Amino acid sequence: MPEPPALVLIAGPERVLSDRALDSTLEVLRAHDPQIEVVRLYAADYAPGSLLVHASPSLFGGATAIVLHDADEASDDLQADLLTVIEQVGDELRLVVLHKGGNRGKRVLDALKSAGARRIDAPAIKTDREKNDFLTHEFRRARRKATPEAVRALLDAVGRDVGELAAAARQLVDDTEGLIDVEQVQEYHGGKVDATGFRVADAAVAGQTSEALRLLRHAIASGLDPVPIVAVLASQLRQVARVATAGGGSSGALAGKLGMAPWQIDRARTAARGWDGDRLGRAIQAVATADFEVKGGGRDPVYAVEHAILTITRERGAG
Amino acid sequence: MSVWDDVIDQPTVVTTLDRAVRDQTAMTHGWLLTGPPGSGRSTAARAFAAALECPRDGCGECHECRTALDGSHADVEIVATSGLSIPVRQARELALLAQARPSVGAWRVIVIEDVDRLTERAADALLKALEEPVSRTVWVLCAPSLEDVIITIRSRSRHVRLRTPSPEAVAELLTRRNGIDPQLALDSARAAQSHVGLALRLARDDGARERRRETLRFAGGIHNLGDAMTAAATLASIAGDETSAASGERDGAERTRLLEQLGADPAARTQPPHIRSQVAALEKEQKTRATRFGRDVVDRALVDLLSLYRDALMVRSGAPVDLVNADLGDQVRDVAQTHTAEQLLLAMDAIGVARERIEAAVPPLLALESMAISLQVKGVRV
Repeated sequence: MPEPPALVLIAGPERVLSDRALDSTLEVLRAHDPQIEVVRLYAADYAPGSLLVHASPSLFGGATAIVLHDADEASDDLQADLLTVIEQVGDELRLVVLHKGGNRGKRVLDALKSAGARRIDAPAIKTDREKNDFLTHEFRRARRKATPEAVRALLDAVGRDVGELAAAARQLVDDTEGLIDVEQVQEYHGGKVDATGFRVADAAVAGQTSEALRLLRHAIASGLDPVPIVAVLASQLRQVARVATAGGGSSGALAGKLGMAPWQIDRARTAARGWDGDRLGRAIQAVATADFEVKGGGRDPVYAVEHAILTITRERGAG
Repeated sequence: MSVWDDVIDQPTVVTTLDRAVRDQTAMTHGWLLTGPPGSGRSTAARAFAAALECPRDGCGECHECRTALDGSHADVEIVATSGLSIPVRQARELALLAQARPSVGAWRVIVIEDVDRLTERAADALLKALEEPVSRTVWVLCAPSLEDVIITIRSRSRHVRLRTPSPEAVAELLTRRNGIDPQLALDSARAAQSHVGLALRLARDDGARERRRETLRFAGGIHNLGDAMTAAATLASIAGDETSAASGERDGAERTRLLEQLGADPAARTQPPHIRSQVAALEKEQKTRATRFGRDVVDRALVDLLSLYRDALMVRSGAPVDLVNADLGDQVRDVAQTHTAEQLLLAMDAIGVARERIEAAVPPLLALESMAISLQVKGVRV
């Protein structure tokens, strides 16, 4: 068995990946020395000197592994202690540092690098493409195959949070057999939709009453606050209204005039079909009323948003 | 010359306060001055403080009078907030200060210029000090109306009501004190609806006059959704411009001063952490101040707009009342002709709703859009 590294740096903001890296690191350490004592320290509540206390050799012998979480929030004391401890690592003392990113604690990072620490990256997974790659990788890691459609459906259902995504993938791997396809994803996650304010607003502006209400319910049930939903409704309707009344011209030229991106102009143009000035005006007024109501002017914020959506879709349908 | 000179058009108020200064039996420890914005509440409060400190009951010329009027008298504490509220911490300090005897003058006077901005807890912290007064301490509290003050403070103080001064009196003050041309002073006083500070700004600042005219042009000038959206965006950006113009310079100066006080180099690109946190706290405070200022500016613009519709309604109904916007007579008549009385009332209602919403933290742009849509004049194409 190869000698595990004395110093490990896990760098990157993605919680799922860094947790996983930490688990595998500790696994290697324990495999090497089953008696090893693991000490976890957190930068947020660090008491000066405690790193040195844990780092000093134990009276009873035995190795220690210190795991330091959130090194990116390290205080000056902790950074100084870290620099000292980095010098002391060896067979008896292992150090694992987790750093979520940013410039804080740069000296520690440099010292780790020059001391030859093993670096494991945990890059952020943000875009749909990255999430897609992540899922594909998850299934491959479990030696399973999934159709692209199945991956897509899973992303639609639980794509907001990477942790949730990893758990959902794990469940599919554990509970199903053979090729993972859309039907299996539907069986476990059918009807679940990752609803955002933008999707609610898009459906409302397009006049799809039931779709908008369904998404709204999903959004509220999954913890979204009514206030940002109303804000998105307002900004979408504003864009439609401004593009609709700005007259013709290329979307590039309009973009400069209205302070919007060309793709927003194109989208708003498409959405503006089926609207006219008066009805759009009433829709905006309904949103303004709802905004007042969700901020304490009315009794029930959710009803206020629903009412606004119903008004918008009714006005859209009246043309 | 007397300290009461700048308290214009308030004979009963001056009589009451002056009597309290001269006659021990007419004096009390807590006063509550109310009156519409710009009616001179804080001016009256300062004059009262000066009269109390003055050995000759308010001559307006001695050292005591002058220092009390400009807020630098040792025994006169003037509390004015430019933030959204007066925090409980500050109220506790005041309650403590109220226990101290005056050091040089006859009275310790504590003037709170905006009692309506006390948070509920801050007001509670003052109650004890107001209820069991120390013999030589006087509280002078100012608020727009009685309803803005919590009832427990109301019941512990004597109420003096200021009225809206006449435009003529305001104009006379501007001419006498600031040397403004009489006609301009009268127009500004009318346009500002007798708000002294606002009238002075309108009279002195061409930009303010221009912004006001620009705002008023929207009355009767909105014919379709596009106009409405543009009008709302313009109104919001006028407010934004004014906010940044007013606060940008002051914010920078405050930051430099803070850094100097902390012994840091203002020119340095990055500051040490303990200084950064102080700067961040200052910036947060400046941001709430800018928020309040922005809302106030929009509100003022809406009051201007409201006044134009009000004038149009007066013209339409033939009521023999002075116009607020006498300088814009043509536009007022034009609006009066193109709108029915009902439409005018609906427009005024829409403006009122927008003001209420902005006060309730609805984004100003959205509230203004909704209002501008209601102000559309149908069928008239210019």
